[in-house]
Amino acid sequence: MIKKEQWLKFTFIVITLWFIWFANTHFDEYTVRILNNIAIFVILAVSYNLINGVTGQFSLEPNGFVAIGAYTAALLLVSPEAKQYQYAIVDPYPFVLTLHANFVVALLLGGAFAATLAAILSFPVFRVRGDYLAIVTLGFGFIIKILAINHPEVTNGSLGLNDIPEFSNLYWTGGIAMIAVIVVLNIINSKFGRAMKAVRDDEDAAIAMGVNTFKAKTLAFCTSAFFEGVGGGLLAALLTSISPDLFDFFFTFQLLIIIVLGGLGSTTGAIIGTVLVMGGSEWMRFLDEPMKLFGYETHGMPGMRMVVFSLILIFIMLFAREGIMGKKELTDVLKFRKKGGK
Amino acid sequence: MDLTMFMQQMVNGFSLGSMYALIAIGYTMVYGVLRLINFAHGDIMMVGGFLGYFGIAVLDLPFGAAVLLAIVGSALLGMASDRIAYRPLRSAPKISLLITAIGVSFFLENAFNVFFGGVPRAFPVPAYLENVVDFMSLTMPVSAIIVPIITAFLLAIILWVLYKTKYGMAIRALAFDVGTVNLMGIDANRIITLVFGMGSALAAVGGIFWAVNYPSVEPMMGVLVGLKAFAAAVVGGIGSVGGAVLGGLIIGFTEVVVIAFFPELGGYKDAFAFIFLILILLFKPTGILGIDFEKSRF
Repeated sequence: MIKKEQWLKFTFIVITLWFIWFANTHFDEYTVRILNNIAIFVILAVSYNLINGVTGQFSLEPNGFVAIGAYTAALLLVSPEAKQYQYAIVDPYPFVLTLHANFVVALLLGGAFAATLAAILSFPVFRVRGDYLAIVTLGFGFIIKILAINHPEVTNGSLGLNDIPEFSNLYWTGGIAMIAVIVVLNIINSKFGRAMKAVRDDEDAAIAMGVNTFKAKTLAFCTSAFFEGVGGGLLAALLTSISPDLFDFFFTFQLLIIIVLGGLGSTTGAIIGTVLVMGGSEWMRFLDEPMKLFGYETHGMPGMRMVVFSLILIFIMLFAREGIMGKKELTDVLKFRKKGGK
Repeated sequence: MDLTMFMQQMVNGFSLGSMYALIAIGYTMVYGVLRLINFAHGDIMMVGGFLGYFGIAVLDLPFGAAVLLAIVGSALLGMASDRIAYRPLRSAPKISLLITAIGVSFFLENAFNVFFGGVPRAFPVPAYLENVVDFMSLTMPVSAIIVPIITAFLLAIILWVLYKTKYGMAIRALAFDVGTVNLMGIDANRIITLVFGMGSALAAVGGIFWAVNYPSVEPMMGVLVGLKAFAAAVVGGIGSVGGAVLGGLIIGFTEVVVIAFFPELGGYKDAFAFIFLILILLFKPTGILGIDFEKSRF
């Protein structure tokens, strides 16, 4: 039985690598850019799902961790010469100008900073449960954004950082997305993953059975923060300019809709949800074009698409709470093994 | 910083705090009966402000009639949101309710954004509210005096309903134990609808006050105010109406006074409420006047 799973994993890797190569050589620039976006959001959605869906800790702060990763990567990637002319509000600290590193180090450092912050935050955050946890994490995400606006010496304030070298290509984004999926799946199928699911299903029972719930939650939180930080770095190197406004609650809302649509707790669902939501929002771009509605000129981002998305979210919750995959993975659908419990 | 200046800031803090208090009451009442953080509450306040704007600018109503329109419209919207989005999920896990509430909130914001544009619209404040009064060497607009007075009046009405009427008794019973309330022959859904109506009406008044103070309305104006008001409800003790008022005043005063004394902290104005919220949850999760919901049910 296990052999089949190994084969499946191997096939998945081969197909992904082949697809990345094929897309890079055969698709036009526009499609590759969308695929880049999808790959980055796969990283974010799969890691967000680890804390929200698998561990059942409903947190709303990925925008904060993504912002940390993006700013870290941006500060390390922009060359000192290019940085000199960017700081329009106040002069930067001298050490900010001297920072410089290659792409891999920048990504890893962004992830490491986000994970470190998650480890520190886990002490206050996991003292509360349920709705309160959602609000506290939302508050932290918001505070990170405010810090970014109020420290122009480092972040250039609300103007953000520009001219970030465009390092992100499909080999990077797709490859890291593949690694993220494999790492997260391995965690879910390990001892820790079972502890996380126990926390989700019944925290008090898990404590009674001797599961160290705090450890399980913190591990999930730090892992998801690490990949969100890395994803943020990739995003910065794809967009080539970032500002605090990019990382407001709307960013979290997008990720939330992705994992709810795919099914909270399913990594496969998170991937499917990403493809649907990111592809769908490209396809729905026509809704945001100016048009006449009841005599009003509609305009503005994020306009009509967001109305449609919020309605979709409400409808899923009312009529199909499980989402597309529920808690199932691809392996469950292919019936490779019988699983005990959910 | 002389005494006059200090008193001036006190008046401003009281006015802002009253506004937060009005919105926090709705949060606290809905949480009491449903155990739901109604994410869309801040947006109902935004709709109230917009309805007031349309009442005056489009329908040419007098100010009082526009306020009434805003109150009725927002109350209906609050009840409708419960009927359409929350009622089907009564037996669902709490997280589903919260996600739905986030969806409703985003829907209201973006629908208004699409139809009325994201550009702030100037709110036509009636002249008699902008008149400046000299009171014991303090200068302040009439609105700064009227806001706390109306808040106190509305609070008195709410407390009267809660503690002197049959409906109020049903609301308090519902906050205590949902299962038993149904056994006693009370229609829980009707009571929850009433709570949504009351909370949304207060939010609409808060929205009008907000629009009068910062004379503009825009689709996103409810987001931050809503979150701060929720923080106020938690600081005061969620589930307690008096606590919501207390928390609102604390957060309003903090914002005004800290900016007055330490202007360099101006950029962090919006973070105080969250810092308060986090500290309260760490050291006294039930808030200042709070009720321990976890214990009261067993």
